[in-house]
Amino acid sequence: MKPSLFEGRLFFGQIMKKELLNKKDIDRAVSRIAHEIIEKNKSLEDACLIGIQSGGIHLARRIAAKIKDVEGVELQIGSLDISFYRDDVGIRKQQPVVKSSDITCEVSGMKIILVDDVLFTGRSIRAAMDAIMDLGRPAIIQLVVLIDRGHRELPIRADYVGKNIPTSLNEKVDVCLAEDSIEDGVFITQIDQGAI
Amino acid sequence: MKDLVSIKDINREQIELILSTAASFKVVLQRDIKKVPALRGKTVVNLFFEPSTRTKTSFELAEKRLSTDVLNFSVPTSSVVKGETLLDTVRTIESYGVDYIVIRHSSSGVPHFISKNTHASVVNAGDGTNEHPTQALLDAFSILDKKETLEGLKIAIVGDVCHSRVAKSNIYLFSNFASEVRLVGPPTLVPEFKGYNVQYFNKIEDGIQGADVVMMLRIQSERMTKGFFPSTLEYASLWGLNSARLKLAKKDAIVMHPGPMNRGVEITSEVADSDQSIILEQVTNGLAVRMAVIYLLGRDNEQ
Repeated sequence: MKPSLFEGRLFFGQIMKKELLNKKDIDRAVSRIAHEIIEKNKSLEDACLIGIQSGGIHLARRIAAKIKDVEGVELQIGSLDISFYRDDVGIRKQQPVVKSSDITCEVSGMKIILVDDVLFTGRSIRAAMDAIMDLGRPAIIQLVVLIDRGHRELPIRADYVGKNIPTSLNEKVDVCLAEDSIEDGVFITQIDQGAI
Repeated sequence: MKDLVSIKDINREQIELILSTAASFKVVLQRDIKKVPALRGKTVVNLFFEPSTRTKTSFELAEKRLSTDVLNFSVPTSSVVKGETLLDTVRTIESYGVDYIVIRHSSSGVPHFISKNTHASVVNAGDGTNEHPTQALLDAFSILDKKETLEGLKIAIVGDVCHSRVAKSNIYLFSNFASEVRLVGPPTLVPEFKGYNVQYFNKIEDGIQGADVVMMLRIQSERMTKGFFPSTLEYASLWGLNSARLKLAKKDAIVMHPGPMNRGVEITSEVADSDQSIILEQVTNGLAVRMAVIYLLGRDNEQ
C-alpha cells in the first residue's frame, strides 16, 4: 500500500498519517543543504560526510552527489552506528539492532559533517559526537538534519536544516527514502491515545 | 534473553544477532580507543571456580572494553575454601548490586542453577564437561570470517569429544545451520549425540577427508580418570593432526583449536603455525564475541 493512501484518514486504530514533504520537497531540501555546505565551508577537500545509522546514510550519499554535481568535489562518506554510545541502556528496554560503522577517513583534523534524518531530543547527536571523538580529534563537527521536530533535551543545534516542523510529543515523524522504502516522503503520524 | 547458559537455549536468529553485533565490536577493537561507554555503570563479577587464564582474560578485557566495573572472584582467595555454599556466595555477590555474573565451574549445571537464583544476567564460561557457549559462538564467528556460510559446511571435530564442553556447544550451534558435523576420535572419547545429525569416525583420515573446517580438541588429562587410550604417544600417532593428514581436507580448509594446545599431541607445531591455522584469530574474535554477548544480555532487540 502506498503511504499516501493513509493521508488524513482516521483509522479504527486511531492512527492518522499526513505527508509533510514529498519527493520534490526532499530533493529541494537536499539541494539547498548541499549549496549551504559549499557556501559555509571555504574548502571541502578535508571534509567528510558521516551518516548516522540508519536514516542518515542515504541522505549523506545524496548530499555528496549534489556537492559533486555543483562543485566537482568528491567528499568522503562514512556511516556511524551510535548504539554503543547511547545513554538509555537500561531505561529503554527495546534496543535497536547494532549496525555497522564504516569510517575509513582519518578523523583527526577533518571537517566532520554529521547527517541525520530527524533531530529530536538531541541525544543521538550527543552519542554520535562522542563516538566521533573516540576516533580522533576533528577540526570541526557540523550537523545536517532533514527534519528538526523540536523538543530538544540537550543544547544542540543543527547547522543545516531541511525543514523545521513543530510537533507534539505524541506524534511520530518518519522519513522514508526510496533507497529502502517505496518512495521518498516525510510523514507525521499521530498516535491519539485518548479517542475511541 | 536474560542469560547465556546453553547454546540450546538460543535460536538461529539470536545466534546471528550475536555474531552481527560482534562484527561491530570487532571494528571498535581495531581503533586507537578500543573502549566504548555502552555499559557504563554496570558491574560484572567473574566467578571462576576452576583455573582459567585465557577465558578469564578474554572476558575481563571484553568487560573493560564495554566500560563495566569488573570484580574478580577466584576460588583460592574466596570464602568457598572456608565452607560457604554456592548459593550463599552468589547471594553475597548479588548484594553488591551486580548486573552480570560470568561463571566457570568444574561441575556441569552450576551456571544453570545460579541463573535460576539471581536477578543478574548469567554467562556460562564453561561448566564441567557440559557446555562453553561463548567458545562455540566465537568459533562460528571465526569460521564465518573465512567461509561465506555455515550452511552445508563440512566440519570435523577431532579428539576428546567426551570431555569437551567446547565440542558440545559447537555441535548444538551447528545443528541450527545444517552443517555437516563429523566427530572423530577413539571410540572411548566419542559419545553418541542422540537427536543431532552428526557422523562418527574412528579414523582421522576418514573424518577429515574433504572437510572445510578441522577443529582440534585438547586432550583433557585433568578430567580423565580412567584409561581412555593407551598412551599420549599412541594418541598422537593415531589421532594427532599433522601436515600429511591435513592434506586430506579441502585445500582451503581451516584449522581451529580452542586452546591451550598440547603441541605434539593433538596437533603438530607445523600445522598449528601454518597459514591454514586460525587459532590466534579465534582468540582475537573471542573478545568481540564476548563483548557482544554481555552487551546483548538483559535487553530485547527490535528487528
